[in-house]
Amino acid sequence: MLLEVKDLHAGIEGKEILKGLNLQVKKGEVHAIMGPNGSGKSTLSKVLAGHPTYEVISGDVLFEGKNLLELEPDERAREGVFMAFQYPVEVPGVSNSQFLRLAYNQKAIHHGREELDPLEFNDYLKEKAKIVDMDPQFFKRSVNEGFSGGEKKRNEILQMAVLEPKLAILDETDSGLDIDALRIVAEGVNKLRSPENAIILVTHYRRLLNYIQPDFVHVLDGGKIVKEGGKELALELEAKGYDWVKGATN
Amino acid sequence: METQFAEQFREFIKREKNDALRVLREQAFASFTASGFPTPKNEDWKYTNVASIASGEWRVAIGESQEFTSADLEIAKRFAIDRNGFAALNLAFGEIKVIRIAKNTSIAEPFELNFAADEGTAIFPHILVLAETGSKATIIESYASTAKSFTNAAVQVIVEDNASITHYRVQKDGAEAFNIGTTEVSLGRDSRYDSTNINLGAAISRHDIDLKFTAEGGEAWVDGLYMLGGRQHSDTHSVIDHTVPNCVSHQTYKGVLNDHSRGVFNGKVFVRENAHGTDAQQSNKNLLLSNDARVDTKPQLEIFNDDVKCAHGATVGQLEEEELFYLLTRGLPETLAKNLLTYGFAEAIIRKIGIESIKTDLDAAVLNRLSVKLEV
Repeated sequence: MLLEVKDLHAGIEGKEILKGLNLQVKKGEVHAIMGPNGSGKSTLSKVLAGHPTYEVISGDVLFEGKNLLELEPDERAREGVFMAFQYPVEVPGVSNSQFLRLAYNQKAIHHGREELDPLEFNDYLKEKAKIVDMDPQFFKRSVNEGFSGGEKKRNEILQMAVLEPKLAILDETDSGLDIDALRIVAEGVNKLRSPENAIILVTHYRRLLNYIQPDFVHVLDGGKIVKEGGKELALELEAKGYDWVKGATN
Repeated sequence: METQFAEQFREFIKREKNDALRVLREQAFASFTASGFPTPKNEDWKYTNVASIASGEWRVAIGESQEFTSADLEIAKRFAIDRNGFAALNLAFGEIKVIRIAKNTSIAEPFELNFAADEGTAIFPHILVLAETGSKATIIESYASTAKSFTNAAVQVIVEDNASITHYRVQKDGAEAFNIGTTEVSLGRDSRYDSTNINLGAAISRHDIDLKFTAEGGEAWVDGLYMLGGRQHSDTHSVIDHTVPNCVSHQTYKGVLNDHSRGVFNGKVFVRENAHGTDAQQSNKNLLLSNDARVDTKPQLEIFNDDVKCAHGATVGQLEEEELFYLLTRGLPETLAKNLLTYGFAEAIIRKIGIESIKTDLDAAVLNRLSVKLEV
């Protein structure tokens, strides 16, 4: 088991949002977490990545059998957890390639692998950029600074490609994307999908799932998973709306 | 310890051959004698105690002043010696250098002024920059004293009609140096003055900048960065005076304060009664990296006309949690993540420097201070 979430209760500022969530993710799987606004989707992403303002009240999260909750966010990242942000942050003055090489090398050091020098890294980055069809001119630009919404999301997928996480959580990656940008991002994710990693797609809409076919769909409501199924569940959900699952819990 | 300057001034003034200048110097020294060095009782020096400068023993080190005309001397006469004792002392001993940019000429090569005081010395550079009508030039003023020393400099900039001056002031004195500077700027019709003031060094530094629009259509940028650590103290007092209509001023100052350092930013913007159509923007943002660091910021807008566009603000804070989290989720250790964000904060000022060598040098200085290695 790559990720095991057991009876997770978590929240923010004393307010419980996740109320007993269970989830199991194996390598090679793509899971979609869907749910209405306020259902706890975003909280789940942030708790998994280790956001400091979210607190875990009870429950366990195991990553490759180890307690993930004990690790700092940067340690989780080096262990192979990656989160693509809904609103990626700008880092002025630091170029994309400098930033990515720092991140890459931190992970390399952690795993006892050789660090890449700027030239070697540039070759590596060029290859990875093809996955999201990104022009190498973006390498020299400051991280996300002045990027359009679509460019920022592509940049998130580029980071995922460079860091090769075991578990990637894409938090509302489809939000605010036009159809072309969505296709590029989705194609990028499909290329990165492998038997060696797992992907959690957190999304409100089914739109993204037209491009990335999940193995499992989990519907979240009121901080719990209220319905689970295969990819056909997303279609049913779209046809019937979230009220349908809300009805199912009552 | 003001008497040490009295003795040295008596010797110095004997050698002054220019009668008019001698009179000016004597007036200036009399003004210094009357006022002495400023003390924290003086409102403008409330946060900056210069007792360690006043009580130091300094050997005045002055080179020959450059030849100058009576017109140049008229400019020197306009220097406000009554501002404080430092200004008065500067003109009394001032080593005068004149940069005159002839009418309608554009000089591509920047004028470089480099100052470094030796151990135990006091230096008093006084630069007159006269950009004649329609001219254009760049001035680089830099300070790099390595020893315990006292720099007390002044720069007067006259930007005539349609002229344009870009001015970089880079203060990278050593940790034991004292650096006091005064910049006075006067802007003519449709003129442009763009300054970037970087303060990285010195035990105590103080920069007074005083800018006045004297005719319509002028535009000025008065930007700066102070990045301090240890027990460094840096104080910027700025006055931007819109006395005439339709001028634009922009001011962005940023501060990064670590350890026990202390920063002061006092920025006054005056919009006088007839200065309609003024556009004045001012901001001062500070990043405190340590609980023991402190900054006192006071942006002040005084507006006496309704038909103006003005905005000002100041912030003092830590790094944004969301930004830090983003970097952590990429596997960067916390210290490195914080340092990268701090660099990005400071770099926003450095990036406007149009001369690649200075920009690279400052980037390196900032990164070095943050122990970040960013290779391209």
